[in-house]
This record gives sequence, C-alpha cells and structure tokens, in this order.
Amino acid sequence: MQRRVAPLLPPAYEGAVVGRPGNDPASDRSRSARQHVSKQVVQLDRVIIRFAGDSGDGMQLTGDRFTSSTAMFGNDLSTLPDFPAEIRAPAGTLPGVSAFQLHFADHDIMTPGDAPNVLVAMNPAALKVNLTDLPRGADVIVNTDEFTPRALTKAGFASNPIEDGTLESYAVHAIPLTSMTVEALKVFDMGKKDAERAKNMFALGLLSWLYHRPTDGTISYLRTKFAKSPTILAANLAAFEAGWSFGETTEDFAVQYEVKPAHLPQGKYRNISGNLALSYGLVAAGQLTGLPVFLGSYPITPASDILHELSKHKKFGVTTFQAEDEIAGVGAALGAAYGGALGVTTTSGPGLALKSETIGLAVALELPLVVIDVQRGGPSTGLPTKTEQSDLLQAMFGRNGEAPVPIVAPRSPSDCFHAALEAARIATTYRTPVLLLSDGYLANGSEPWRLPEVAELPDLTVAFATEANQTMPDGSQQFWPYLRDPQTLARPWAVPGTPGLEHRIGGLEKADGTGEISYDPTNHDHMVRLRQAKITGITVPDLEVEDPDAAARVLVLGWGSTYGPIGAACRRVRADGGSIAQAHLRHLNPFPANTEAVLRSYERVLIPEMNLGQLALLVRGRYLIDAVGYNQVRGLPFKAEELAGVIKDVISNV
Amino acid sequence: MSEALSHSPGLPGLPALSLVPKTDAKQSAKEFKTDQEVRWCPGCGDYAILAAVQSFLPELGLRRENIVFVSGIGCSSRFPYYMNTYGVHSIHGRAPAIATGLSVSRPDLSVWVVTGDGDSLSIGGNHLIHALRRNVNLKILLFNNRIYGLTKGQYSPTSEVGKITKSTPMGSLDNPFNPVSLALGAEATFVARTIDSDRKHLTETLRAAVNHRGTSLIEIYQNCNIFNDGAFDPLKESATRDDVTIRLVHGQPIRFGVDGSRGVVRADDGSLQVVDVAQAGEDRLVVHDAHAEDPSVAFALSRLSDPMTLANTPIGVFRDVDRPSYDELAVAQVARAKEAAGGTADLAALIAGGDTWQVD
Ligand code: SF4
Repeated sequence: MQRRVAPLLPPAYEGAVVGRPGNDPASDRSRSARQHVSKQVVQLDRVIIRFAGDSGDGMQLTGDRFTSSTAMFGNDLSTLPDFPAEIRAPAGTLPGVSAFQLHFADHDIMTPGDAPNVLVAMNPAALKVNLTDLPRGADVIVNTDEFTPRALTKAGFASNPIEDGTLESYAVHAIPLTSMTVEALKVFDMGKKDAERAKNMFALGLLSWLYHRPTDGTISYLRTKFAKSPTILAANLAAFEAGWSFGETTEDFAVQYEVKPAHLPQGKYRNISGNLALSYGLVAAGQLTGLPVFLGSYPITPASDILHELSKHKKFGVTTFQAEDEIAGVGAALGAAYGGALGVTTTSGPGLALKSETIGLAVALELPLVVIDVQRGGPSTGLPTKTEQSDLLQAMFGRNGEAPVPIVAPRSPSDCFHAALEAARIATTYRTPVLLLSDGYLANGSEPWRLPEVAELPDLTVAFATEANQTMPDGSQQFWPYLRDPQTLARPWAVPGTPGLEHRIGGLEKADGTGEISYDPTNHDHMVRLRQAKITGITVPDLEVEDPDAAARVLVLGWGSTYGPIGAACRRVRADGGSIAQAHLRHLNPFPANTEAVLRSYERVLIPEMNLGQLALLVRGRYLIDAVGYNQVRGLPFKAEELAGVIKDVISNV
Repeated sequence: MSEALSHSPGLPGLPALSLVPKTDAKQSAKEFKTDQEVRWCPGCGDYAILAAVQSFLPELGLRRENIVFVSGIGCSSRFPYYMNTYGVHSIHGRAPAIATGLSVSRPDLSVWVVTGDGDSLSIGGNHLIHALRRNVNLKILLFNNRIYGLTKGQYSPTSEVGKITKSTPMGSLDNPFNPVSLALGAEATFVARTIDSDRKHLTETLRAAVNHRGTSLIEIYQNCNIFNDGAFDPLKESATRDDVTIRLVHGQPIRFGVDGSRGVVRADDGSLQVVDVAQAGEDRLVVHDAHAEDPSVAFALSRLSDPMTLANTPIGVFRDVDRPSYDELAVAQVARAKEAAGGTADLAALIAGGDTWQVD
C-alpha cells in the first residue's frame, strides 16, 4: 500500500542543497544521543508545513509545539492557525477541518507562506480541503487508518484518493498513524480510544525527525502539561518517540531535511503570538505610565486570550473584570479611567459595535481609554475565527456625532506589543479613547520577537491635576476641567480624591473651559472643532517608505496585518527585476503628516486590503488621490505570490 | 487588605466606608450644593431627595473629594450636577457599569449611583442585576416615578398595566417590574424602599444603606408631577397612608393599618398573607428579619403590594445581609498576587517568558 517517495528533490522546495548528516552545528542540536540510520540529508532554505485534521485531532497543539521547537532552533518563522468556530465541529466533515500552517527559514521571512511543501492530513476531509493549495511535488503524509469508506464518503471522495491516482503529482507517504500509535502504546494500561488520541504526538515525532527539530522543548512541555496524569504523560512521550523512530527506520522517508538557523539581528529572541504580545504591551503600558491597568472585557473570539492572559498578571497591578456584556466591559474601563487607572477594553467587531456609545462618552469626557478590536470576518457574527480588516471605518466613524478617535494598527504579531504602548501613549497624553485594530491573523499567528530592553521602552509617566487652574476676576481660584494644554489640547485629568478639584462631567455638551453644561450654538460648533483639532494634532511618526532602488513609480500602501504579505510580494517583484515602493500605515487617525507628500511622489498608489477598500476610501476622501484597491475578504491573509502578480499588473499599466 | 477577607465570606468584614478618608472639619448641607441652577420641574419629587441627600452626607464626615455620584440618563440622572462632589452624568442605563469600574479600582471612594426606573430597569436592566449579584460597593438610589419624564411621558417598566400614555394610547400591555422583587431575585444584599416626601424615613433608609458592605439598592418612590402626578398618593395622603403602607422594622412583628389592626402571617402553603390581627392572633405575626440569609421571605414581602392600588406596600429595609463586596475580593486578589511575588514584578522576565534563544 505504501508508496515510496522518490529520494529526489521535490520541485516544491527552493534552494535545496544535498548534504550528509552530522556535519553541521545544527544537527547536534537535535538528538545527540540517538543512533542515526544513515539517511541523506537535504538542506533547504525554507519550508512550509501544514498540519490538518479534525477539530478534535489536536492540530493546533501539534503546530504550536513544532513552532516552539523551530523557534528554539533559531529559524525565522511565521504561523497561520486556521480553525473552525465550533469547538468540536462534526467529526470527519469538511467544515470541521482544523489546520495550522508554519513557514520557517534560514533567512528572515514575512508571511506564513502561500502553498505548503508538506501537508499532514489526518483524515480524508483534511486532505480534501487542503489539496487545492498544494503545489505539485509536495509531500503529503496521510493517515491511512482514517481513509475508511465511510470517512471518504463524508469528505466527498467517490473513491480512495490514495489509490485512485488523485495524488499522482505528489510525494505520498501513506502511513497508518492511528494504528501505529495504538501499537506503540499497547504496553500502557489505557483504552484504545485514549491511545488513539496520542496520534498527533506520533505525527509530531515523525515531522520532528524529518526536519531535525530539537525535542527537549516538547518533552518538557508534555511533562508540565500532564504532570498530574503519569499514564497520559508516558503515552504521549511514547507516541512522540515512536513517531521519531518510525521516521528513522522506515524506508518511506529516504531523506531528512535541514533548515539552518536564520541570521537575524543580534539579540535575545522568543516566539510570540499577537494576542500575547498585546497583553504584554498592556502590562508594560501600566508599568511605564505608572498607572494600575484595569481591563473590562466580555469574552469574544478572537480577543478572549487577552482577557485570559491579563488575568494572570495581577502582581503587576492589573485588575481584570469579566463584565456582563460588551457595554459593561467598556463602561467599567471608562469608570476606572475616571478614577485614574489605565482603562482598557478588548473585543472584536460585534463587540465594538456595542461599545460605540460608551466610546462616544469617552470622547466627550475626554478621558484616556484603550479600546482593542481584534478584527474578524463580518458583518454580524460573520467568521469568528477568520481574519479581516473590515472594522477600519467602524473604528473611524462608528459613533453618533462628530466623535474622532485615534487609530493605531500593529503590523505583525510581535508589533502588537509596541502598538499597545503607542495606544497607551496617545490615550494618556491626549486624554482620549484610542482604538487599536489587531486582527485574527495577528492574534493567533506567531513569529520570533527580538526582546526589547525594558530600559529602552518609552517613558509614559502621567501627571494628574493637583490644583486649581483658573484665577477668577475677584482673585479666587477655580478648577476648570475643560481648560486645555495649549500644546496637546488635552484637558487636565483630575481624579476623585483630589481636594479642591471636585467637578462634574458628562455626555452633555460642555462650555469650553469651565466644562459646565452648555447648549450655546457657537460653543457647540467650537467644541466640535476643538475635539477634532485635538485628534488631528496628535504627533505621530512619519510614514516611512521602502524603495530600495529609488526607481519605483508605484507605491503599495497597506495597514495592519497585510504588512508581511505585501512585503513578501514586494521582494518577489524586486527579485524579478521590478521596482516597487512599500509604505505601511501604523497610524490611521491621524495619518502621519508626510502621508500626502509620500503618496504624491508616486505615479500610482496601490492599496491591498482584506476589506472592500476602506483605507482607499479614506485616502481618496482625504487627499483626492485616485488610489487603486486590491481587495479580498476570504478570511485568510493575502498570498505573497498573488499580491506580487497584482503589483506587476499595476506596474505594467502605469 | 488582608488575605483572610477572600476566604471568609459571611464574616463581618470591612464596612463600606472604612477606606474612605474622613475630615475633621464640620460639614453642612450647604457645602454639598453646587452653584448650578437646579432644572427639575417645580414641584418634582427629585428636589426633596436632593435636599435629603445633601443634608444627610455631612453626618458621615467623609471628605467631599472622595465622594462620587454617577448617573445615567433621565430626569433623576441630572442629580450629580447638583452635588458638590465628584460626579459623572453618563449615558442611558450604564451608570452601574461605569461605577463598578470606578469603585473596584478605587476602594477609597464612596460611590453612589443615581438612576431612574427607565434607566436602570429598561435600558440598563442588565447592569443593575449584575451589580447586585456581584455586590459591588455601590449605593444605588433608584428614583421610581413609574413614567418616562425626560422624554415626555411614555409608560415605563414599572408603570401599571393599562397605563394610558403618549406611546400607549389604548393602555400599556406589559406587566411591570417590582424593583424590590427584582433586586431580591438577584440576591442583592441590601434592598430597601422609601418615599420622596417622607424625609425622616428617607434619611433613615440612607443611613442604613450607606455603611452596608457591597451594593445597597434603595428604591425611592418619586412623584413626577408633570407626567404621572399622584402616582404614590395612597402612600402619602393621611386618609389612606396608614392603611396601605407596611413599615418594615427589623425584629418587629409586621403590623400596619390604623391602630395596627392588620398584619402579615404565614399561610399554610408557606406564602405570606395580610390578615386582621384580631382574628389571626398576634402570635402568628411574622417578625421581620432583614438579616435572614435566605431572601425568600423578603421576596414574599415584596410581592404583597398591589401594583394597581399600592395596597399593602412595604417600605423600609427588606434585606440587609453581610457578604464580602466584589471590590474587596478583587482588591485582595491583586494584593495577594503582589505579595506572592514579593513586590518584584519583573517586566523583562515577563516578556521573555520561558523559551528564549540568543542570536549573536
Ligand atoms: S418630568 Fe417629572 S420627573 Fe422629570 S423633572 Fe419634571 S416632574 Fe420631575
């Protein structure tokens, strides 16, 4: 049944070099103690692996573990988890397939990769769903145990694709993963069902062998995770080991691959996902501002992980409040901000819609507030676990009245850390709610992160108002809550408990300066313009342009998580001899001061977005620049190759 | 705050105001007034409540700057503008949520919520029940006028069935909430009812509520003389008031009516009933126990009143039990985590996590 893989280089790999095992420093980082069966070792510069299985097959865990080992090994990497919204979608069905894609390389890379070189398919449905993405020659590891007539029918195969020639163009490794796992675990006192559950560890062991991954991390991870269940621990370790040994001994794999560590800038690294980086950014913001962090939040995919993470860091003075709903989450955060905390609320698109009235109140109260929207596919419930950039206009305009709110968008998973600091800086400096737009791809995707030195992080110290700020004609002193700093136009932050500064604020229009209720038409017009001027006047860094040969006529402008795919696409265009400039907006409101000048210095501006042209609308409206949009809303990040094609088309048409 | 707090629910702990700084200076009602012109309709019941609160607060001797009034939207929600303390006039229904964030993060403040029947029972119903369930350290004054005043006279969630209003010209169809029943259903730890015009009872109720550990809900029957005038007249007019009002006093048999002729007894099916004391016998009268852990009897008391006629309406403290406030517990968790860390929360160690590698 098993087909032998040709020990030739599959065409899907780029830049492969054939070598022998054991003669480079990388190999002794795998398993020094193990006796190698002499196999050919092929050097690769990068690999894209996709693990795919049923929602219950543990593919996300498998991917995570492989990623950790890869990070520890020193490769650059980028990941794309892609899973259904259901916790356990019906077994064996196409919508129930959960996948994890990992791209790792010996050089710096920008995306989780377009097409996998290796697909691990734990069942027919996983094969069916992912086959269309596979380039010819890719390795396909299938778990033959699951290819039963019933499962095949469920996945929509008329006959067995392993046998009927469907997989002719691929290097197929047909392996009975489940039964081999059960066999390996028969020494343990456990049921067949439980033993079968460890098959993902068998697969992980096999792939770890195939790509020379260090194993210590996974072993110690399992030891911690199953510390309380020795049998399950032993079984998982044994399955992992068995997978490794199978790779070593089977003739099915004639070659082993190596991807050397990447030459990244010097420093200390860790692997990090966007949601984790964002959480750390918020903890850091509390430390750097000197304010206690108060998170008011309601669980929502894909933002809940931030609530989970922050709830672990109370020792940093972080209070987390799981509210009764989205509105209470932001309300409590705003109440805490009124009391002098760094108020934060986290949500996704539907939750942002619910919070809009309270964000409007924060605009009127002019209090600092950090609002995090981890965007997902919309409208309505939409695609909870998929990524999209379609809340930009909601962030920009989704409130009643003229209610401007600054917007910050991170560009990569690790950048979420710095974006959180930037959001806190703007919120506290300008006394305003700030929207941070992450998305599902950044939230769950991960990459190596060169750790910043804490001492080099910005000082965000905040000063509260302590005394009266207005001398009346009779010489008496008063506190005017809406008297502004002439530079920033921020009003004083006077927290309860400060004697002499008692004041009342609210959502009703306020008289300039005194903050008393005012229905005066001229005052209202003035206040609307003042609030806008405050946001427009926020100092943000200039827009940087990457235009290596300074010969580009086309600029690709992006924002948020498209940075990686756009960057990778630009590299491809340049590698093929084209000239292309790239600029990426971190600040969407206000735009950097030089934005118009940058955009006008190119003949054509191309804006790829995972929406129907929201940034393009803002750019056109603001600068009257006829930007070209490229828009996809498939719930997945752009592919570099696809974008490169679009860029080339635009270039050839200017 | 001690670690023991979070492990000893039920033990008498910190009263609500123990962390709020006090002043030695003598205070008067005048200091709690602002220079703002009060803009309620002349004759509105809100005036009496404002005056009662302003006169009562000096009793506490709290520093004015450590008192905050938070309100939502509606006639009553203008209240903070007239209190010379810190104040937030927020958005419709959300005051309990905003006040929760403030209270939890600032245990040194005395935080009050001023709200109405529409604000807290319609648009903000969810926030109210959850504040009560959590037992957040808030003093909630619910002005119940059984009508929407600020929007000019639509029926409210406490209006009696059949109410003819601008939005219900043929009469309202939906059954009203009884705010006390609702609060008791949410297991609120302090629930009371009082009346705008009864200054003495109103002040006594504030006094009982203010030091309570956690949420105090005070429903205040408030007359809207413009859109629902006389809604509580049976409880106010000398001809009827003794007949319809049941004054609850902890530890006392529940007895009311002219000469105390009527009282509350437990019927055979376990429910409460209003009876003629002479017939039923004094020893059958239910003795009011506001401190009973189980809210069932308090709930049964709240069900005695007739929403149409207000007959058998209890006022006073229905329930007053001791339970740790959400605030105390939340603050204690943070304190415990800090203590366990020995005061060393290392940001660099946090962001590095366990798995790092060095690139040279
Ligand atoms: S409308 Fe009614 S409740 Fe509102 S201020 Fe006037 S009298 Fe008072």
